[in-house]
Amino acid sequence: MSEHLGIVVSGSLSKGVEVRLDSSASVEDMAGGRYVTIEGKKQRFFGMITDVNLEVIDPKLTLTPPDMADPFIAEVLDGTSTYGTLHILPMLTIGGEATGLIEGPQPVKTVPSHFSTVNLASDSDIELVFGKEDKGRFWIGNPLDMETKICLNLTELVKRSNGIFGKSGTGKTFLTRILLIGMLQKSQAVNLIFDMHNEYGWAGTREGAPPVKALKQLFPSSVAVFALDEENSRRRGVSTDFVVRIGYDEIEPEDMVLLRQTLNLTEPAVEAVYQMRRKFGKNWLQRTLDIKDAEETRDLLKDMNIHESTFQNLQRGLATIRRLPFIEPHAPVNAVISILEHLDRGMNVVLEFGRYRDVTSYVLVANMLARRIYAQYQERMEKAMGEDTAKPTPLVITIEEAHKFLNPEVASNTIFGTIAREMRKYNVTLLVIDQRPSGIDGEVMSQLGTKITCLLDNERDIDSVLAGASGKSELKTVLSKLESKQQTLIFGHAVPMPVVVRTREYGSAESYRDFAPGQETDIGKRAEKDIEELWE
Amino acid sequence: MTEEQRVGEVIEASTTDFVAQCYELYQSPPLGSLVKTRDEPVELYGIVYHAATAGFETGRRPIARGKDEATEEAIYQSSPQLLKLLRSEFGALVVGHRQGDKLYHYLPPKPARIHGFVYLCQPDEVKEFSQSLAFLNILINTHLPVSTEELISACLRQMSQVYEDRHAFLVAAGKELAIFLSGQFNQLKAILERIKQ
Ligand SMILES: Nc1ncnc2c1ncn2[C@@H]1O[C@H](COP(=O)(O)OP(=O)(O)OP(=O)(O)O)[C@@H](O)[C@H]1O
Ligand SMILES: [Mg+2]
Repeated sequence: MSEHLGIVVSGSLSKGVEVRLDSSASVEDMAGGRYVTIEGKKQRFFGMITDVNLEVIDPKLTLTPPDMADPFIAEVLDGTSTYGTLHILPMLTIGGEATGLIEGPQPVKTVPSHFSTVNLASDSDIELVFGKEDKGRFWIGNPLDMETKICLNLTELVKRSNGIFGKSGTGKTFLTRILLIGMLQKSQAVNLIFDMHNEYGWAGTREGAPPVKALKQLFPSSVAVFALDEENSRRRGVSTDFVVRIGYDEIEPEDMVLLRQTLNLTEPAVEAVYQMRRKFGKNWLQRTLDIKDAEETRDLLKDMNIHESTFQNLQRGLATIRRLPFIEPHAPVNAVISILEHLDRGMNVVLEFGRYRDVTSYVLVANMLARRIYAQYQERMEKAMGEDTAKPTPLVITIEEAHKFLNPEVASNTIFGTIAREMRKYNVTLLVIDQRPSGIDGEVMSQLGTKITCLLDNERDIDSVLAGASGKSELKTVLSKLESKQQTLIFGHAVPMPVVVRTREYGSAESYRDFAPGQETDIGKRAEKDIEELWE
Repeated sequence: MTEEQRVGEVIEASTTDFVAQCYELYQSPPLGSLVKTRDEPVELYGIVYHAATAGFETGRRPIARGKDEATEEAIYQSSPQLLKLLRSEFGALVVGHRQGDKLYHYLPPKPARIHGFVYLCQPDEVKEFSQSLAFLNILINTHLPVSTEELISACLRQMSQVYEDRHAFLVAAGKELAIFLSGQFNQLKAILERIKQ
């Protein structure tokens, strides 16, 4: 395919430029998401193909189509009477100007002049824009049909909360695992991962193939696996570092707000939780469950102005919580302290949920732990600022099914909503993973610094991910045309411009070597064998 | 350059075209062929767009003479004066000129000279002239007694004969036309139908 594509024929700064394809370049070779350079008179522009159109010069052609079976006529009309156009969104200027040469790519402030020539971007153009892999930049994937590496600036990335989206089976988990590896190596942040489906700690599932290694196998010395379901972890051959137990007294009314829907609680029942907390203090949950259906209860409820049906509704909900196997009246050791201790040592913590993959367990545990860890961070940050002591290591918390924590109904009063909104005031940011981004509160979405999204096909999900992005309608076309696996659109702070990448391959022996050079130990090899046997 | 082939003499001229009388009856160059005439230091190029044979005296038409003759040829044999009473002429549309070494694909400053000799251009010259097809625009935009589609297709067929790769020439010419005739697809189609091989 020729490098030369055509010439700019019209356009605007807000909507991008229209390029008429040369007859030597076939529309069928074009693809949305490809990169191009435009040679303006004074500067070079770097942009992305966002649409491909077929045009005819005379509408009569469409009414009485010519005999294209005749090769002569077809050859003459191709590129003249019938031609293709590309819609291109210029995004950066590279080189050309003095500032461009010194400071690298700059955002576009104008459009290339009429009839500027348009070429496919070369590998070196792309490197110029996205940077080389280095100690802060991590290779996440490759542009479509090219071998160049697209790198994310991870130091920049972890400064804000970020999101990974895509419908089921598009590669979110694989992408997250890759990104976690990147952060673990290059971001100077530590990770706390609420691993709902046990995919990040030791091994992860892969469609139609043996499991893939996860973080601890690749980085044994910097990853700790915490288990909520010890037995399950042991059965999966995972060596766990800590078993998490939750005490009744660690649960707060705020946690119940999140669980309102899953536990079928009514609004008044949630109100009643706060009253119970005020009345009974830390032990409210136990005490509320202990209330028997008797005369004095009725008086008590009357005093508190709680309707009897409300109270029954509440008790049913709390009973569900009490039945969770990892909940105990008093937890023997404090999980929060242990997690913090690991994080302080620079260890990344993966909390596996084992069999407890239900929403109730996940939401309850993640919210409760995150809230208390965040409180610690907040305290330490404030202290660090007041007394000029060391700040805690930046922390990135990964949550799945993010809409459960961040939907508009609850986002304003959950800890995750707070973290997302406060950016990194207290050195804590989020990595949210979701297949239904439209379920997430719009304000939270707008705070996400970098969005990484695989294919989405629901209109509302697409809109919510792209809300506020510049060139939204163009990105929409690109997003809806992603392949159903291992392709993703990245835009936001960590990249100089939106970019479509084919995500790095994850799961082959070679890929492990690339991801974790020098980590291939005997122990690692043995573990791999064990895992394979397990799968058979 | 190869030997020049003289085909007639200018008898009428204007800015846009000239009419030449053939030296031999019926010896007009083919429709669409490239001819030239000189007006030193300028050489004018024309495309033959029209040819006619008629009696010398305007208004008087020849009469049918062959009733008693066996062949058409016999008519001319029995009335040799006929060749003197009839004449063939052709019209050429001016499409460019040469001054010194340079070829221009647009009208010269002055029309052709009366009695200027008219030559049929040789293959090399046709090739040289047809390096640029800008002259097609003149053919498209001039109102002529012959239809534009007929003239253009005749011209391109003629010119293509001097190329080894006729197809490539015709495709290139077709593309040029497609641009000139961007709003007149039907006309374009008519021409393409007439030049495809
Ligand atoms: N980078 C990659 N390298 C290799 N295989 C991949 C990659 N990305 C995706 N896949 C393939 O696609 C499958 C689905 O990916 P993944 O499990 O990450 O999807 P998901 O979006 O997390 O799905 P769900 O929403 O169901 O959790 C994987 O099992 C794997 O086979
Ligand atoms: Mg997944």
